Amino acid sequence: MAAPLSVEVEFGGGAELLFDGIKKHQVTLPGQEEPWDIRNLLVWIKKNLLKERPELFIQGDSVRPGILVLINDADWELLGELDYQLQNQDNILFISTLHGG
Amino acid sequence: MPAPTCASCHAARAALRRPRSGQALCGPCFCAAFEAEVLHTVVAGRLLPPGAVVAVGASGGKDSTVLAHVLRELAPRLDVALRLVAVDEGIGGYRDEALAAVRRQAARWELPLTVVAYEDLFRGWTMDAVARSTAGTGRGRSCCTFCGVLRRRALEEGARLVGATHIVTGHNADDMAETVLMNFLRGDAARLARGGGLGSRGEGGALPRCRPLQFASQKEVVLYAHFRRLDYFSEECVYAPEAFRGHARDLLKRLEAVRPTAALDLVHSAERLALAPAVRPPRPGACSRCGALASRALCQACALLDGLARGRPRLAIGEREHRGGGDAEGTRGRARAAVEAAAAAL
Repeated sequence: MAAPLSVEVEFGGGAELLFDGIKKHQVTLPGQEEPWDIRNLLVWIKKNLLKERPELFIQGDSVRPGILVLINDADWELLGELDYQLQNQDNILFISTLHGG
Repeated sequence: MPAPTCASCHAARAALRRPRSGQALCGPCFCAAFEAEVLHTVVAGRLLPPGAVVAVGASGGKDSTVLAHVLRELAPRLDVALRLVAVDEGIGGYRDEALAAVRRQAARWELPLTVVAYEDLFRGWTMDAVARSTAGTGRGRSCCTFCGVLRRRALEEGARLVGATHIVTGHNADDMAETVLMNFLRGDAARLARGGGLGSRGEGGALPRCRPLQFASQKEVVLYAHFRRLDYFSEECVYAPEAFRGHARDLLKRLEAVRPTAALDLVHSAERLALAPAVRPPRPGACSRCGALASRALCQACALLDGLARGRPRLAIGEREHRGGGDAEGTRGRARAAVEAAAAAL
């Protein structure tokens, strides 16, 4: 049983284009049976924030390869990736690397 | 689970793990390591000697932004001068915004900026015009092939305008790996053999070029830009979805998911390929029109522009005037041209 959580979800590197161009989203996640981990956050984002072309952001139950995920400015690889348990006031940043430079 | 402590300063919390070494580093220590590696690439490869005037190909995108930022940090140590050169291909709704980003960067970094436009250099041909001309030629749009050739030429012109002695571009390890895959997939053995190493020494009067970021993975370039809070332009070119490179990129991304060092390994393999004796080329000459290095009467840029002017845009890409030859012939023709160009460097 997970309590409601307040987190900041950010998008960069072009990913924001899938979210109406808005980079920062203050999000309140409702209390629910399932724990709030990144896996469930992605499901929530797909349902509530993603405006178009979900396949450009999500692949299977994770992010599309080429999208970096930083949790409080640290690579999610160090924190358990999809299994990381969200804490109140966490910042989750998704940066797309999928464009020329 | 909490993040480990930085393996370098042992004080801050680690922000990432480097793919090759597996070492966990905090943001500032990672940035320092990244800069040290670029410095090493340049110094060990003797890419930019003291006194060099370096034209930096600047697109406003993540790679050239990081490249320019890092070189600016290293410039005093390397004793080189930097000039930003941006290419305006004439792609409406895309390039204008990207150029605005470059202008902001030039102002912030206090670096001189020169913009060169296809329209001025190539008889009025913008990429939008090329795209219209090559639309519906039956095999999917090939405008990106034009852009690759013309942009290299434009960058060369811009570099000369600013009195540069060297050209640098922001190609990273993933770009290099994608190019390896593309060349394999298109049977371009000559480009495969030529494409590795540390850039070109400058053939037939062309300025020497190199890619200081070529050993940096794309992920690390993006993370560096993030930790240094660098502002860059991050939209995809409107024609990019049609480019063949997209397929190579998708494949590489999938490979990296199971083997994080895939990009570096691909480049490593390509560098160790040798051409079979039968494919070794004769010495090239000069383009009869512009004097650039060429294996035939016209260099690739002039041949492409000729094709456009005559309403036969695929002429220099694959078609034969008297046959309607398939792509493979054109590919071998280009491969031969590329091999011949490579020969001059030997």
